Amino acid sequence: MDEQRESLVHVRGLKKSYGDFEAVRGIDLDVWKGEAFGFLGPNGAGKSSTMRMIGAVSPTSGGTLRILGMDPAIEGPAIRARLGVCPQDDTLDTELSVRENLTIYGRYFGLSRAECRERADELLEFVALTEKAKVKVDELSGGMKRRLTIARSLVSKPDLLLLDEPTTGLDPQARHLLWDKLFRLKQAGVTLIITTHYMDEAEQLCDRLVVMDGGLIAAEGSPAELIRDYSTREVTELRFGPEVMMSDHDALAGKVSDLAQRIEVLPDRLLLYTDDGERAVAAVHERGLSPAAVLVRRSTLEDVFLRLTGRTLVD
Amino acid sequence: MSVALENGRRQYDYWLTVYKRTWKGTLISSFLLPMLYLAAMGIGLGSFVDSKGTDALGGVSYLQFIAPGLLASTALQIAVGESTYPVLSGLKWQKFYHSMIATPLRPADVVYGQLTFIAFRVATTCVVFLGIIALFGGLHSPLGLLALPVVVLVGMAAAAPVVAFASGLENDSGLAMVFRFGVVPAFLFSGAFFPVSQLPNWIEWLAYLSPLWHGVQLSRDLSLGTLHPWLVLLNLAYLLAWFGIGTKLAIRGFTRKLIG
Repeated sequence: MDEQRESLVHVRGLKKSYGDFEAVRGIDLDVWKGEAFGFLGPNGAGKSSTMRMIGAVSPTSGGTLRILGMDPAIEGPAIRARLGVCPQDDTLDTELSVRENLTIYGRYFGLSRAECRERADELLEFVALTEKAKVKVDELSGGMKRRLTIARSLVSKPDLLLLDEPTTGLDPQARHLLWDKLFRLKQAGVTLIITTHYMDEAEQLCDRLVVMDGGLIAAEGSPAELIRDYSTREVTELRFGPEVMMSDHDALAGKVSDLAQRIEVLPDRLLLYTDDGERAVAAVHERGLSPAAVLVRRSTLEDVFLRLTGRTLVD
Repeated sequence: MSVALENGRRQYDYWLTVYKRTWKGTLISSFLLPMLYLAAMGIGLGSFVDSKGTDALGGVSYLQFIAPGLLASTALQIAVGESTYPVLSGLKWQKFYHSMIATPLRPADVVYGQLTFIAFRVATTCVVFLGIIALFGGLHSPLGLLALPVVVLVGMAAAAPVVAFASGLENDSGLAMVFRFGVVPAFLFSGAFFPVSQLPNWIEWLAYLSPLWHGVQLSRDLSLGTLHPWLVLLNLAYLLAWFGIGTKLAIRGFTRKLIG
């Protein structure tokens, strides 16, 4: 199987330091042609540093990096000619029109004016901005700007599309529209690399992902594999009334600890990680406990993520 | 070299669009100040100076004496204006330089594009200003038209190091310093309005350090036909050095900011 797959991004022992700070501390991965690959991780995990290195705009500090089979230290421009980049901040020229942002960007890749015009019109159609073609970027909503940035990253028909937190700050409608566009790109054969800290986004879009934490890869796999390996099939959430204090939670946890593979005690609720949530609920009641509210749900990537990267806030 | 040219060509549409968008807005600010100086100093003060005799100025009218200096100063001011806020915008505010280097363009290409645009802005403004000077009778001889390439070089000698300086800034508070301690003193003490030999010795030497003095000197010598070959070479070499070293530093600054 490995022989048939083409590795578009080949990473071994990759490191990135800024002065004394090690943002990426030695990671290994391959992104295969045609897949959607995700980087998950809290702020400061090293996702964006990795993305900038893959984008051939940031020299590596150690290890091996091959992008589209080329060494970014030597062939940066040739690599970037085949990449599409949607950065975390919109870097649109806000004083140019929507369409000019696309046509001018196409020129940087050496496309002819006619090609640029044609591509711009196709892409405006694709991201549903045709009616805004002549509007200045300043006047667009956040979601429209994001769509335009994605359209711009596609102007050169890239083999590999890098999306750094593509839907951060968007409303649900805009996010779903973007997901739809990205899914269609993937179906069209574009290889996607996405960073996000939205678990639902990762589950929706990514065939395979890595969870990064502290500059290292904490886990790798498909969303389903990660849930299987790092969580249970279901989670039972027990909430007790306001009269039950945090200290009581620990005692309560002791009474039900054998009902689940893992128990997590939170200030407001207990989480029972188990393959059969309903059976756990029944057992809790049999033991004479009466939680104020019970929720049985499937495990999500968020459970995996929190288990791997902890619940502590990272600033 | 050929890569840089090709990458420059790829930026042509961008800068053309920027120019189309901004030329009307810059028209007034580019011309108003020098026109006021030309009218007030050249014609107002000039009639007073001329009535006392202008032997110390080389026997030409005061208007003809200051016209090349005003032209060079205008070149400098436009060049510095285009090298400050637009550069910070590209690096920090709108970040369009960042989007440019996500393509096959390199930081050096972006610097060349920005500098070429500045040269174009300086040249187009100075062509028109030179025409106005000629209409006012400020050109002593047709040779004065050769001042145009000289003042474009003055603009670039100022623009390149200012672009380098701006690329190192985190916000625009440093830019006011460029105008307060760079542009304004250069404008007043670079021999545009009076021969710098009138100044106390130490200020006179400071004036010689300013690229503007060399530009004023050269364009005036061209206009008045008082060229000294070795002085011309010195003036040109000095301006080219500012431009060359400034460009190198600007590329270094851009590379640091854009590729981290």
